[in-house]
Amino acid sequence: MTTVIDYGMGNLGSIVNMGRKAGGSFTVSADPAVIAQADKLILPGVGSFDHGMTKLRERGLIPVLNQQVLERKVPILGICLGVQLFTRGSEEGVLPGLAWIAGDTVRFKRAVEPSTLKVPHMGWNFIDPAKADPLLRDLPPEPRFYFVHSYHLVCDDAADVLTWTQYGHRFASALQRGNIWGTQFHPEKSHKFGLALLKNFLAL
Amino acid sequence: MFRARVIPCLLLKGDGLVKTVRFKEPKYVGDPINAVKIFNEKEVDELIFLDITATPEGRTPSFDRVRDIASECFMPMCYGGGVRSMEHARQLFNLGVEKVALNTAAAETPALITELANAFGNQSIIVGVDVKRDWLGRPRVFTHCGTKNTGRVPVEYVREMEERGAGEILLNSVDRDGTMQGFDDELIREVTQAVHIPVVACGGAGSVAHLGAAVAAGASGVAAGSLFVFTGPHRAVLINYPTATELRDAFASVAAV
Repeated sequence: MTTVIDYGMGNLGSIVNMGRKAGGSFTVSADPAVIAQADKLILPGVGSFDHGMTKLRERGLIPVLNQQVLERKVPILGICLGVQLFTRGSEEGVLPGLAWIAGDTVRFKRAVEPSTLKVPHMGWNFIDPAKADPLLRDLPPEPRFYFVHSYHLVCDDAADVLTWTQYGHRFASALQRGNIWGTQFHPEKSHKFGLALLKNFLAL
Repeated sequence: MFRARVIPCLLLKGDGLVKTVRFKEPKYVGDPINAVKIFNEKEVDELIFLDITATPEGRTPSFDRVRDIASECFMPMCYGGGVRSMEHARQLFNLGVEKVALNTAAAETPALITELANAFGNQSIIVGVDVKRDWLGRPRVFTHCGTKNTGRVPVEYVREMEERGAGEILLNSVDRDGTMQGFDDELIREVTQAVHIPVVACGGAGSVAHLGAAVAAGASGVAAGSLFVFTGPHRAVLINYPTATELRDAFASVAAV
């Protein structure tokens, strides 16, 4: 059973809808006891970094998530804000992140980007695989995904980068380390491309 | 390459979809769920749903109907119409809506934009800006489905909305709505140059070439109603969407980031 973590940060409906289309069975839960039983986890998220970390803490989910992900090595997929929370912290806020990945979340900087670059990065863009990984297996040709974000991932270790995407400059649009996967883009809103990716996650 | 988004903008009235001309004469064009299923097949970039009677009727969003639509929507979805509070936005996001658009409420209670952006992230908070030109051709911002003149100048208004935390502007030309005569490219140029956030232009698209012109004028996304729901000179209802090749050609002249 895949558990979608409900911490009050949006878009659970979309993930469950697409996940069911992908043939998975899902529970949506904010209950640490349920999350502790899950054999796969999805951490979605729409919203601001500190708001997300605060919600995880208020709901008492951080210990069970650490246990599941770091000790039991349960596969987890973070989406958008979800994967940003895997880093040490974000320029969007002051609270520390989960720090499962050696990296940070930073803002697209207007000063160093082309002046015409619009932030948020909002729309469909391509991904360029940085390494082979089961999550990317047999995606339809020219895979494109939907992005909506103002902040992006920076990994200390390039080996953690799963895909790159070009927007102003090249940034890590997905990451993978051990049992941890995360996408800055929204597979649940990316037509057949996202469907294929979610199927791959369910098949891990 | 990152391509400008091409977005069907669908108007909800009662249980059906309608299409207007200059925000008037709503003509029934079909069932929203059916339309979403067709747009899924066509792999559209995004969908915008605007409930055009919510504010005039003093209503909240019809959450049940939004739920039905969102559950079929495998692309990003923006909802607007009657959104006036944090609680409305929260419910909409829980139903699977990615973006919430505020129009009248943004003008009347702009502090709400900041509150929403802080809670849900600015990328999910869209401000709808309906613009009409007066008899001297000067653009002004209208609310209440194009019936109430705020007297505000669009360029100044969108700057304020960006400062308050809006993540995107949905710029709609009331004068061009439903005419299929082309976008108000001058308005698009002025407004996109005034802000750093993406601007989705709406109102007037009658051809794929019009979409290209609006993007060349600076739009990050182009939305259209009539173009995607009508076909032929008699405006027969037919849900349609350009192919990837057609869009690539239309946007070929626009520099990629």
